[in-house]
Amino acid sequence: MYAFEIERPSTIADAVNALKGEDAQALGGGQTLIPTLKQRLAAPSVLVSLTGIGEMQGVCQADDGAVCIGGATTHATVAKEAAAHYPALADLASHIGDPAVRNRGTIGGSLANNDPAACYPAAALGSGATIITNNRQIAADDYFEGMFSTALDEGEVITEVRFPVPQTANYQKFLQPASRFALVGVFVAQYADGVRVAVTGASEEGVFRWSEAEAALSANFSASALDGLSLPADGMIGDLHGSPSYRAHLVKVMTGRAVAACQG
Amino acid sequence: MPKDSGIGASSKRREDLRFLTGAGKYTDDINIHGQTYVHFLRADVAHATINSIDTTAAAAMPGVVQVFTGADFEAVGGIPCGWQVTDRFGEPMQEPRHPVIAHGTIRHVGEIVAAVVGETLAQARDAAEAIVLDLTEKPAVVDMKAAATEGSTKVHDDLASNICYDWGFVEENRDAVDQAIKDAAHVTTLELVNNRLVANPMEPRVAVGEYSRSDDMHTLHTTSQNPHVIRLLMGAFVLGIPEHKLRVVAPDVGGGFGTKIFHYAEEAFCTFAAKAVNRPVKWTSTRSEAFMSDAHGRDHVTKIELAMDADNNFTAIRTETYANMGAYLSTFASSVPTWLHGTLMAGNYKTPLIYVNVKAMFTNTVPVDAYRGAGRPEATFQLERVIDKAARERGVDPIALRRQNFVTEFPYATPVAVEYDTGDYEATMAKLEEIADIDGFAARRAESEAKGKLRGLGVNCYIEACGIAPSNLVGQLGARAGLYDAATVRVNATGSISVMVGAHSHGQGHETSFPQVISEMIGIPEDQIDIVHGDTSKIPFGMGTYGSRSLAVCGSAMVRAAEKVINKAKKIAAHLLEASDADIELKDGQFSVAGTDKSVAWGDVTLAAYVPHNYPLEDIEPGLEETAFYDPANFTYPAGAYACEVEVDPDTGKVTIERFSAADDFGNVINPMIVSGQVHGGIAQGIGQALLENCAYDEDGQLISASYMDYAMPRADDLPFYTVDHSCQTPCTHNPLGVKGCGEAGAIGSPPSVVNAVIDALQSGGKNVTHIDMPVTPARVWEAMNNA
Repeated sequence: MYAFEIERPSTIADAVNALKGEDAQALGGGQTLIPTLKQRLAAPSVLVSLTGIGEMQGVCQADDGAVCIGGATTHATVAKEAAAHYPALADLASHIGDPAVRNRGTIGGSLANNDPAACYPAAALGSGATIITNNRQIAADDYFEGMFSTALDEGEVITEVRFPVPQTANYQKFLQPASRFALVGVFVAQYADGVRVAVTGASEEGVFRWSEAEAALSANFSASALDGLSLPADGMIGDLHGSPSYRAHLVKVMTGRAVAACQG
Repeated sequence: MPKDSGIGASSKRREDLRFLTGAGKYTDDINIHGQTYVHFLRADVAHATINSIDTTAAAAMPGVVQVFTGADFEAVGGIPCGWQVTDRFGEPMQEPRHPVIAHGTIRHVGEIVAAVVGETLAQARDAAEAIVLDLTEKPAVVDMKAAATEGSTKVHDDLASNICYDWGFVEENRDAVDQAIKDAAHVTTLELVNNRLVANPMEPRVAVGEYSRSDDMHTLHTTSQNPHVIRLLMGAFVLGIPEHKLRVVAPDVGGGFGTKIFHYAEEAFCTFAAKAVNRPVKWTSTRSEAFMSDAHGRDHVTKIELAMDADNNFTAIRTETYANMGAYLSTFASSVPTWLHGTLMAGNYKTPLIYVNVKAMFTNTVPVDAYRGAGRPEATFQLERVIDKAARERGVDPIALRRQNFVTEFPYATPVAVEYDTGDYEATMAKLEEIADIDGFAARRAESEAKGKLRGLGVNCYIEACGIAPSNLVGQLGARAGLYDAATVRVNATGSISVMVGAHSHGQGHETSFPQVISEMIGIPEDQIDIVHGDTSKIPFGMGTYGSRSLAVCGSAMVRAAEKVINKAKKIAAHLLEASDADIELKDGQFSVAGTDKSVAWGDVTLAAYVPHNYPLEDIEPGLEETAFYDPANFTYPAGAYACEVEVDPDTGKVTIERFSAADDFGNVINPMIVSGQVHGGIAQGIGQALLENCAYDEDGQLISASYMDYAMPRADDLPFYTVDHSCQTPCTHNPLGVKGCGEAGAIGSPPSVVNAVIDALQSGGKNVTHIDMPVTPARVWEAMNNA
């Protein structure tokens, strides 16, 4: 780790200001950034910690029923406080990493990083969530721009994430054996206007919606609706833990299991 | 009734109080006034010529004490290899120089290229970034078979080829084995990989070098399983420091698994640099460094053929193995695929003809050496896998096929040069069938199938050669050290005892189990006895802990020393009781005169030895302390039978272990609880190898499983509750305790049964899969199912 300064603002406004400094870097729960710094793979001059900002903490429900989660809310808090409002989301949060990760890692940090194998991007995209920043609202469909890439501008902070609550939803994660990130994770959510299917872990482009499955499931919300479908292996990740065709296969299996779980 | 102390009691591990309360004292806990810190600049390419290294800027950085490169170590020796293997043509193995710091050539990712000693670790690390390397990259040699071809890039330009040795065993049997295979009614052939592993002890390696100018004394604190071996290798072969000027201390060590046997460059560096800068020098490995500098394990590519007659009796075995040595020969690397592997190829079976060929290869990878089991898991895996495949090909029950071919009479001289002293393979198999409830498998399979899962049962036997090792024998085989051990039993004036042992405890529980033996012999409470280990200035010259040898070899030395103590104490007691020593009996801490009610307590005798007022000074010396060295007459041969039941998810290929049972014969058992714990840990590592762990390089020699993000360690929820049993006991015939050793059994005995079970599951689902290489990951299972 190289030496750096740390700022601990207590308001969003102060945080945004602090992030205007040269080589300043926002710090959420640090579950990706701190290991990166320890490896000396990044050298920010200032870290701006977002975890002390009260207005970015906690889970609440908006008037339209949407679940609103502060950007600096930890996975453990989401697991606990969102359970009554959006059980599938809470369940996803309760299976990210291990207890240490869940008690430090934040939803804003995860979405800003957009790791191609992270769980939250699947929930946000699969729920059609809105990413709220210090200066705008971004639809999830416009937010994820590929592996580790998002619509966020330099210095822009995720202050809140708003999830419309579906009629039913489920997340199925097949673990990469070493990291226990998602080798493939599929979030299925059934809304009044249709079914959304978001896939993490599988694609070289990061999280994506499987539109053929969405169409089939919107017409017939049962695992058998997937029978004739298959996902091409092109563009899927191939590595030590699975080939592109294996990942494409798992997407279908996990999608079917998520649908079955919704109905179970 | 289970005993509550002494031999056979499950005494609670006394060392756990400090380990579980954070009170252990590990090498990294050692901080010495004036200490400096070294950061090693490690190669990030696998193979390159070093044109120049410019350290000028680094040396001028804040806090830098001194920068070292390979040039600074030209005058000292290379890291030695402790075993000379002779090839099948009678020639010695090729043995390249193994420099402390790379000099002229980089040969693997992670090799030390330069070292910065600084006031702080951060300063040393900053300065290392200012070192300018001018390298010319060369093609990397990674694949062993490619490395063996004519015209391959050479890892060492000064050697004739990348082949360290081409070993044949028993070479005289080569033609007879070929003929037997030609003549066989049936031959089963299997090609397989024994996957490369990283040991990953919980505590990474650490070294602290110290030098005292006033008495020219060097001290190395290090994470070692065998401080005397390090003193011998580093003092005599690398740095030229005589033993009396070199102290090696290995305090609490957080797991070894073989990888802390070896003498490493970092140890030599810290010892050397401490004198050069005249201050203590400390190195603490990061986990990332551990992946690319700890010796790796296994990494064999093997073809095995098993020949049978028409009645399924084994008639011959032929194996051909490529064994990876990595870029240099680590301390015992050359012995692992040869004498620790070929000699076990008979397994538990009376196969009359065996020929083992091993080509040891240099590659541009981290050196490979012993890892829990060391050679014996590789032998067991191929043999027990090919037997399973043969049973399937012949349409016979795999347990019955094994039984039919068991060795049943002991001693048994194998065709691969060892003699099993005792064993009862039928008994362990019968015990396994009972504890694994083999009869209930069909019902459990039906339950799994009702859930849409495939269920498989895999069984294997194993035998290992432990209690390493008879020095005269291993000397003939090329060992460059003796493999005896030593113990000093020091009885204090009031009767308590300190036992200084050459064995080193880094998880094995010696501090608990060794006193149980002394307690049993003398009849005093275990808490009156302490074990001292891990410091060459305190203990006799013993050879440390590996190869499941501690109790069988060092424990035997301890028994011999205690016997000497007891014999002397009896003489003192005879004097005090005015009787003849021949009439003195020792029981429950009391010396008595046979046939009388006259007795004297242990403590009174020991006090008399140190306050010799009423004492036969003309006949015996005062004091009560004895040392014994023990060199075993043979290896010990623990053996057993293991069973694994798996469920396979046919949709994803994921394997879960539902049941795991182990029936082991360790001979006599001192502490059954500790033995069970050793078996549990070994099985965890065996299952890790079978399902999860995979040390992988790409074709450029980059380590692509270089962290826990990609290297899968077994976790609690990957493992089942085990059923382990060690009630089948055929005591070793040649050591005084009748013990065989238990440390490696689990890691040796478990991988074949896991893979056998997966194949059985897939076959039950109609998939004609005959083999999947380890680790049997979900992706590999799915690919195999798809290709079947």
